[in-house]
Amino acid sequence: MNIAANTGRMVKVEILRQDTKGGNGYWQKFQVPYRHGMNVISILMEIQKNPVTENGENTTPVAWDMNCLEEVCGACSMVINGRPRQSCSTLVDQLTEPIKLEPMKTFPVIRDLQVDRERMFNALKKVKAWVPIDGTYDLGEGPRMPEGKRQWAYELSKCMTCGVCMEACPNVSEKASFIGPAPLSQVRLFNTHPTGAMIKDQRLNAIMGDGGLANCGNSQNCVAACPKGIPLTTSIASLNRATSVQMFRNFFGSDHYVD
Amino acid sequence: MSKDREFLWRRLHSLLGVIPVGLFLMFHLSMNFTAVGGEQAYNNAVGKMDLIPHNLLLVIEWVVIYIPLLFHAFYGVFIAFTASPNTGRFSTYRNWMFSLQRFTGVFLVIFIAWHIFETRIQKALGADVEFNMIADIVSNPFMLGFYIVGIISATFHLSNGLWAFLVSWGITQSPQSQKIATYVTNIIFVILSVVGVAAILSFV
Repeated sequence: MNIAANTGRMVKVEILRQDTKGGNGYWQKFQVPYRHGMNVISILMEIQKNPVTENGENTTPVAWDMNCLEEVCGACSMVINGRPRQSCSTLVDQLTEPIKLEPMKTFPVIRDLQVDRERMFNALKKVKAWVPIDGTYDLGEGPRMPEGKRQWAYELSKCMTCGVCMEACPNVSEKASFIGPAPLSQVRLFNTHPTGAMIKDQRLNAIMGDGGLANCGNSQNCVAACPKGIPLTTSIASLNRATSVQMFRNFFGSDHYVD
Repeated sequence: MSKDREFLWRRLHSLLGVIPVGLFLMFHLSMNFTAVGGEQAYNNAVGKMDLIPHNLLLVIEWVVIYIPLLFHAFYGVFIAFTASPNTGRFSTYRNWMFSLQRFTGVFLVIFIAWHIFETRIQKALGADVEFNMIADIVSNPFMLGFYIVGIISATFHLSNGLWAFLVSWGITQSPQSQKIATYVTNIIFVILSVVGVAAILSFV
């Protein structure tokens, strides 16, 4: 083992563990040999290699999700020192010790730091977060998107469904039905796309149901927490205007559903 | 509540908070402010209300005040208790405003219930609403404190609610427009608070 080649410094880590879905959480402390440039995932990998607590007791390796390791997939989100963020891009050198790791408890916890983000994927289905291009014949090219519009829409497309905004939002929880900031911003993205906008009214009506857009309480934590800097609150306010118009169209039975 | 009505209930809650409840609060505080001119001025101003025929006044009270206020209060309590405030983890200005809006809302339900009991219900039971009635209430330092906190809660809840109204109806969208709205609503908060607190202090 080349741990001896290290500085000898140990990193103190505290992890909120949970053995089963719906089980009770409990804290466990670990000490991990420091390496230069370590991220939170490399700490978890060290624990996986040697699952022994600070007191020398054997334990099970800590379970967590990860995939891309470059902050584009969204799988490795967890609460690190109280803030939800990606464990791949969070460096140990930037954290105060002991480093506290918790699952994002706004989602159902599967085990340890693994959470089930299914509600976000269901929300994307509900709001039809895609460009509809399927037909029984070749539909041909769609309308062109103005370059200026494409540039800011690109920012919205950076969403990786990581769940950080959902964890940060005080109105998203097990006791509330709020759809959350991420899927709402996707409605704005796909309603901006010239082909996506062809079913604009369907998306707006989807977020005008129970637990929809109006449940936003404007705490603006989402925009502060988003690792991709997506202007979530601007998207929400913009949808507020669009739904104000849609509301009147629905009420008075306008046939101008998609302009 | 029936399915898929939540959007309408929330929008109605937002609208009623400003029209008519917010407008009524401004009218109410302006009326109280006449007390700064002394007992005579206040009793004159309040006496003008008696010129409205009693049955018409009741209809106006129910339509403009009680029904919208009851809906805003009870739906607001539901909104407040479905939130999970997290200012400990996210101590941004807007998140504090979020929590304070819910906190003042719940407090105002208690304050306004007590205030209506002490004034409007006593009037219905035969008491006379005039300067000395309020002066009696606030002669107790605890009640004076309760009223001052109640008035400031109300002016805060209205001015911050106005900011949220502008966002919720899609009037202010960009971060810059929302920032300007923050300044404007803060000025409204200060002005209404000065008017409200000056009025209650002139009963002491």
